[in-house]
Amino acid sequence: MNKVVIVFIAFLTGISSLMAQTKISGKVLDNSNHPIAGANVYVRDSYDGTSTGADGTFSFSASDSGKAVVVISMISFEKVEKAVVLNGKEINLNITLSEGASQLNTVVISAGTMEASDEKKVTILKPLDIVTTAGAQGDIYGALKTLPGTQQVGESEGLFVRGGTGNETKTIIDGMVVAKPYFSGVPDVAARGRFSPFLFKGTVFSTGGYSAQYGQAMSSALVLETQDLPDKSSATAAVSSVGVGAGINKLFKDSTMSIGGDFNYTNLGPYYNLVPQDVKWNLTPVFEGGSLNFRKKTSETGMLKFYGYTNYSQLGISRPDIDSTNGSQSNFVLKNRDYYTNLTYRDNLAGNWKYYIGASYSYNQDDITPNNYHIVNTNQLSQGKILVTHGLGSLSLIRFGGEFQNNLDMSNFDITNVPGFVSYAHTKLRIEDNYSAGIAEADIFLTSKIVARIGGRYEYSSLQQKSNIAPRTSVAFKTGKNSQVSVAYGEFYERPETRYLFEKTTLNYERATHYILNYQIVEEKRTFRVEAYYKQYQNLVTTLPVSPMFPADSLHNNGQGYAQGIDVFWRDKKTFKNWDYWISYSYLDTKRQYINYPVLAEPVYATPHTASLVVKKFFPSILVNLSATYTYATGRPYYNPNNPVFLGDRTPDYNKVGFTASYVRKFGNAFSVFVIGVDNVLGTNNIYGYQYSTDGQRRVAVTATAARMFFIGIFMSFGIDRTQDVLNNN
Amino acid sequence: MYRLSAFMLIVFLPMLGTAQNKKYVSSMEKNLKMMDTCQSIASYQQVANAFERICSAEKKEWLPPYYVALCNTFMATMSAGDKIDEYCDIADRYAARGDSLNPNNSELCALHALICSSRISVNPMLRGAKFGGKSGEYSAKAMQLDSTNPRPYLLQGQGKFYTPPQFGGGKDKAQPTIAKAVKKYEAFKPASTIAPNWGRERAKMLLEECNKK
Repeated sequence: MNKVVIVFIAFLTGISSLMAQTKISGKVLDNSNHPIAGANVYVRDSYDGTSTGADGTFSFSASDSGKAVVVISMISFEKVEKAVVLNGKEINLNITLSEGASQLNTVVISAGTMEASDEKKVTILKPLDIVTTAGAQGDIYGALKTLPGTQQVGESEGLFVRGGTGNETKTIIDGMVVAKPYFSGVPDVAARGRFSPFLFKGTVFSTGGYSAQYGQAMSSALVLETQDLPDKSSATAAVSSVGVGAGINKLFKDSTMSIGGDFNYTNLGPYYNLVPQDVKWNLTPVFEGGSLNFRKKTSETGMLKFYGYTNYSQLGISRPDIDSTNGSQSNFVLKNRDYYTNLTYRDNLAGNWKYYIGASYSYNQDDITPNNYHIVNTNQLSQGKILVTHGLGSLSLIRFGGEFQNNLDMSNFDITNVPGFVSYAHTKLRIEDNYSAGIAEADIFLTSKIVARIGGRYEYSSLQQKSNIAPRTSVAFKTGKNSQVSVAYGEFYERPETRYLFEKTTLNYERATHYILNYQIVEEKRTFRVEAYYKQYQNLVTTLPVSPMFPADSLHNNGQGYAQGIDVFWRDKKTFKNWDYWISYSYLDTKRQYINYPVLAEPVYATPHTASLVVKKFFPSILVNLSATYTYATGRPYYNPNNPVFLGDRTPDYNKVGFTASYVRKFGNAFSVFVIGVDNVLGTNNIYGYQYSTDGQRRVAVTATAARMFFIGIFMSFGIDRTQDVLNNN
Repeated sequence: MYRLSAFMLIVFLPMLGTAQNKKYVSSMEKNLKMMDTCQSIASYQQVANAFERICSAEKKEWLPPYYVALCNTFMATMSAGDKIDEYCDIADRYAARGDSLNPNNSELCALHALICSSRISVNPMLRGAKFGGKSGEYSAKAMQLDSTNPRPYLLQGQGKFYTPPQFGGGKDKAQPTIAKAVKKYEAFKPASTIAPNWGRERAKMLLEECNKK
């Protein structure tokens, strides 16, 4: 009995008194052998442990015995677990912790890519930057023109990237190509992008070397990702100098579904009455449209999104006919109807698999009446895409899938009695292309410091009856805590413009080859990025020599060219408190022989030097944000029939200062933003080129339709308080 | 003899449990005392580590993960930039562990409110509306679950205090809520020596600020 009592008493006073304690000591270091202070070192499932001292050392006693696990953990580092045997013999552990794979210290594929995102912390732009950049006037494309690699083309819509034309940039929303991302415009006047920057939570602007996921773009891909579920229900209203708008977004009670819609009406008539224009608008620009969206979270990881957009616009411009001696006018009237719909679903499957399915249908019709003839162009694009991703380890992944597009283009025109034109009465053109593509790509992280992306894309067009294989590859190395070097190579194919395919469907793909070298330092509040590139163009469509009777005979894939240059970007939010500025510089050397260029020449949209300075200053005490943008570009080539050197003339340099002020205030439960903006504050007469009369005797400069564009607006957002919903559901 | 040992088992086994419980309570008390003296990230890290070790040993208790999360949130408020999110991510993880052990607890809701409001300072312009709103919702829920808990009132008042007047915040708007918080603190008796009992001094200090003209 005594024995039993002794055992029990011993047990109660602690096993420790009976068994030997095991001393555990050692040192915790990081990868570069610096001591880590404050790391937690302990025996799992027990109280025994300690924190490391300033020199990284630790020492404690474990009272358990037998097999055990020592855990070593520290914020920002990967946790380490060591199996040990506790038997009274001292254990010495020297542990090296690796930095955790957080966004800051993992290498990313960065060649050619500039990203704006709220979700990722370290990006070049934030979505809000797009809205607050002076001169952009709330247009995504306007804001992107302050980034390096873009040209300041003011007379035509589109992003002209690194020696490429506007057609070489594709816009992609939630994985689906947008056939007509810009409003339809009249000649020599740039149109804005159709989509509001507020729609998107993430923007990736790639100026080259992009993933095999994206095809049919020779120069650039603008990849936009729409917002997920809103934080709460809200209603918005906007009144501005150019129109009105209203919207509503309803988040349902369990926060897994939302429905929203908006309506916008823009009429430039009142504004043009107030601010005289240099051109005569014979049909006042009016835009009316709306959108619907639906989002449903189907599970922890599943998300279904629908977005539907419709818009009707009309505008007409009248200019003096340069070939006329009696002062007659050249007219151009355009009516456009556009629909875009997009339905996507993404979810995770067991075992590190993810998938994405998307479908989209879009319709665009331009009804054009230039002078006394009539053209109706219609485009319908139906597409579907499947992408499957399989994660390998914590970082690497493989991705594969397929894409299908049905492109239907129709052009009906009636051209009679037009001097200098062959008469085409009731002519109908129609082409239909079934385009399919296969995608395979792998992102392989050799370590968290080196990543290689290897992939390719196979494409086939039923119309052209041609296929291509486009390999793409990119490698990035982390060179320091915040810096990395990356290289990229890729082949990029694009089908010729529709107007050429109408004449000759058997044209081959146009082709560009990209080589990119990138170095960047991205810190929390400062970014430096420099990128050098070489781009080779092949198989560009040429229209010379002209075969007047058989237009198809004049079309060939005989064009070629190159573009090379350096893009520099510096952004700093740190040096001056509440100041934020960025500087972009692009050097571009490009020549091409395409369409009707008889020789290799610098194209009309390109210039060697472009620089932008964007400055933003926030005054927190009065909640005013001021922003100014200065853009400079050297002159561009223009065609002068009197100069024997083809495109031998240059326009004057381009200078533009934009200014925006915004003020935020809450009235009741409505957030209100007041915005005042002026595009081209100094009223500089920027000349984009010249148009010559047929005899070469007279010319007119192609310029903006007014020296300055003013904008005043109020945007209101009424938050619908969701507190009660939350209370009822939790 | 057998009878005797069976008797001893009956007598001593509950004591065994008590001994273990005593160790838990005394370790918690010791660390809470240390937490009260913390001034720096390094000292909070020490305490957070100690609570994390108690988590590892006492898998059924919700207070150890609660305090790991709380220490990490305090470290977040003493940091800048991405580090804030890193600490808050850890805090969220441990708060969620607390939720699973003790669902619908007012103190854990208040803790979530604190974590959300701490994330705002990473980028107030972009995050103010989102995380401010979320924090308010958690505070409201914490009040509903236990109206005697002063902490959600302190957090809600503090949120208003730091919101610019143009956005519907400011001292005047914050004063009534903070005054309410101070009153609730006066009446508040923690459930045990190791139950949450922080924020009293801060509430008083903020009320003084509000009452300054």
